[in-house]
Amino acid sequence: MPADFNWAIGGEAGDGIDSTGKIFAQALSRAGRHVFTSKDFASRIRGGYTAYKVRTSTEKVRSVVDRLDVLVALTPRTIEENLEELHDGSVVIYDGERTTMADVEIPGEMIGLDVPLKRLAEDAGGAIMRNVVALGAACEATSFDIEHLDSSLKKRFGDKGQSLVDNNKQAARLGQEYVQEHYADTDLEYDLDTTDNDYVLLNGDEAIGMGAIAAGCRYYAGYPITPATDVMTYLKGRIEQFGGHVVQAEDELAAINLALGAARAGARSMTATSGPGIDLMSETFGLVATSETPLVVCDVMRSGPSTGMPTKQEQGDLNMMLYGGHGEIPRFVLAPTTVDECFWKTVEAFNLAEKYQTPVYVASDLAMAVTEQTFEPEAFDMDAVEIDRGKVVDEETVEDHRTEAGGFKPHEVTDDGISPRAFPGTAGGAHMSTGLEHDEQGRRTEDAEMRVKQVDKRNRKVETAREREDFSPREFGDPDADNLVVTWGSNEGTLVEALEFLEADGIDVRILSVPYLFPRPDLAEEFEAADEVVVVECNATGQFADVLEHDTLSRVERVNKYDGVQFKADELADDIRRTLAGEGQEVEA
Amino acid sequence: MSSQVRFTDFKSDKQPTWCPGCGDFGTMNGMMKALAETGNDPDNTFVVAGIGCSGKIGTYMHSYAIHGVHGRALPVGTGVKMANPDLEVMVAGGDGDGYSIGAGHFVHAVRRNVDMSYVVMDNRIYGLTKGQASPTSREDFETATTPDGPKQPPVNPLALALASGATFIAQSFSSDALRHQEIVRQAIEHDGFGFVNVFSPCVTFNDVDTYDYFRDSLVDLAETDYDPTDREAAKEKVLDADKEYMGVLYRDEDSRSYERTHGLDADMSDIDESGAPEGAMDLVREFY
Repeated sequence: MPADFNWAIGGEAGDGIDSTGKIFAQALSRAGRHVFTSKDFASRIRGGYTAYKVRTSTEKVRSVVDRLDVLVALTPRTIEENLEELHDGSVVIYDGERTTMADVEIPGEMIGLDVPLKRLAEDAGGAIMRNVVALGAACEATSFDIEHLDSSLKKRFGDKGQSLVDNNKQAARLGQEYVQEHYADTDLEYDLDTTDNDYVLLNGDEAIGMGAIAAGCRYYAGYPITPATDVMTYLKGRIEQFGGHVVQAEDELAAINLALGAARAGARSMTATSGPGIDLMSETFGLVATSETPLVVCDVMRSGPSTGMPTKQEQGDLNMMLYGGHGEIPRFVLAPTTVDECFWKTVEAFNLAEKYQTPVYVASDLAMAVTEQTFEPEAFDMDAVEIDRGKVVDEETVEDHRTEAGGFKPHEVTDDGISPRAFPGTAGGAHMSTGLEHDEQGRRTEDAEMRVKQVDKRNRKVETAREREDFSPREFGDPDADNLVVTWGSNEGTLVEALEFLEADGIDVRILSVPYLFPRPDLAEEFEAADEVVVVECNATGQFADVLEHDTLSRVERVNKYDGVQFKADELADDIRRTLAGEGQEVEA
Repeated sequence: MSSQVRFTDFKSDKQPTWCPGCGDFGTMNGMMKALAETGNDPDNTFVVAGIGCSGKIGTYMHSYAIHGVHGRALPVGTGVKMANPDLEVMVAGGDGDGYSIGAGHFVHAVRRNVDMSYVVMDNRIYGLTKGQASPTSREDFETATTPDGPKQPPVNPLALALASGATFIAQSFSSDALRHQEIVRQAIEHDGFGFVNVFSPCVTFNDVDTYDYFRDSLVDLAETDYDPTDREAAKEKVLDADKEYMGVLYRDEDSRSYERTHGLDADMSDIDESGAPEGAMDLVREFY
């Protein structure tokens, strides 16, 4: 395991937990440390509690763990909620002058730093900065150079004026100095090194948004929904600089139809939503496929069904994305497995959408959407972005795709299934398309022969893609191991870290992380070569396991999690170990 | 090129399957004539059709077009226009498509005021499904699904549009060819959302709201001293339960289309195909 350090700030919703946590994460990133953050909405006691957790190391970190080294506790509950993660020597920073914290007891083996956060913040210019005072105290407790915090504060508040930045810097210093003065004799063992590395810090929704702009997306329509809203928030204000536009639709029905309209006009176009929105979009999804319109639809999954647990993790929409909609709908389903892959899979989604003139799902999930992670900037190398618009015709080439009477054929039956595409405004390309079954010119037909030709043509695009594209899985661990663990989506990082726990127990594992869910790789040979196959996913029934059993005509073992929280590395290693031993997954009460 | 365009250029080679005598023939002819008259041609025109008898219009016209899912024609047209404001976008649908399943979109399309026209073929009946009550059917209109009438007031699309902030509200009659064409032309020329409710009689399933009924009862505002730019006067007219009007009921002379308000003037289909757009690396640097 990397020599990691775990920090958190917790309190009530509305305490500014997220923004404070992000400021600290950014400071660590600017100090050349790797960061993996998580948002803890899960209360062991009752609702209202929220925490922002930061795992950091000078090496790459890919998951969360059950350990806390320094905790900023704004409420007594924050301590209670995290007692199991705190350990001997953990530091708890709190404000004993706060009425609710006056009687708080820090367990004897831990170190309590009682810092008057509110009073010091007022000295610096306002009580609202009390969390920043706590960050200053945290810097002192971890021997972390406060200048990195200054840098992060400047980034956060810079556009609101220098005086606000200065006040915040002062608040942080007051916190730092208070700990220096009052806890000079306390042995604080943490020492956060810095490096000269430059990292960028971003989450999955931001990576999807950035990928869209990089791919030439010019139009986004969406309706706010957790946890997909950040895609829209990211694009708003940025995509305009590249000639694009964001529309907040009246509902998801409108969102996908707006995006469809823009795509018919020739724009690279996208919408993003979560499960409930996908439900509403399903009818139009069929139209997108039948009218052969290139469109990217992101599903940032959350716990369902119905309203479910809107701020909790789940990968429950796989069947919906693979099979949703009436009739038989050719489609692509891509599932990025890491935050940087959210960027690349979005770029790829736009190319696949236009090359094959189909709807493409990008399946992300809450754990990826709200997790800020550090990457080397080269992970988002814009020079490596390629654009392929597929078979677009112009005023001259349009002539090659017309009937004798002069009608353009947007649904021309071709060997590879892909037809020519004329953007509106192209002289001689006027045509209609429709969700009705149609002939090559897009005109309604119920002719049996043409019906079969058009269905076959649309499905042939998927076969063409299987031949032309690389849909390989990502591989980790020991390639010769007898135990094969397969997963999809955001579990990859956790699984890679779980490898080390398994290796420590003498269990060798080969990991396949599958980013292409349809069309997907044929894993029959890999399954055959393995003694045991375990499929890991965040849902109750094992939707991907079902699919793989069907593909490979075999049986697999399943590790599932559907309590709303993403896997943790040690927990996942334990689940896999027990499953391989035939003991079954341990079920938490 | 525009001067040479004839309205028949907007006709496809598909013969309409509407019932003989259907109001939709006249509605479509007026649309094609108004499009030609305003200098458009099939290559710069995008027609979005809803579902229902009216929705077949995309097949019978020749232009860029899409025939979508029931009730969602307005968002599609909105997306087309935003992505390429140079296109002339015309959305066509029926009373069921626009005021029932798509009513939510109607309100918001009106609010957005995108520069396109919306022609609703209002026959006060569901024709394609063989005669059920529509949102504009009369309270006592008897059908198989409403044997005693819907017993609820019909939607008032003109008042709904006005309440939603419409900048152009008009009503026409498919059988009055010249007036219909003239009204659709004004909707096209309006800088914003040009809404035209067209009485387009169903000769097969509606024996109440017939050609004769409309001929006898419609009051043509052009023949009065009505001022369509007077919003207060428009309020009275659209809520008048005793009369049915033809003509432009309201026109906001200060209307400013969504595209102008948001500075949309580019054809978004035109992107750099050599790679990520110029300046994209700045997006990465933002995350330092």
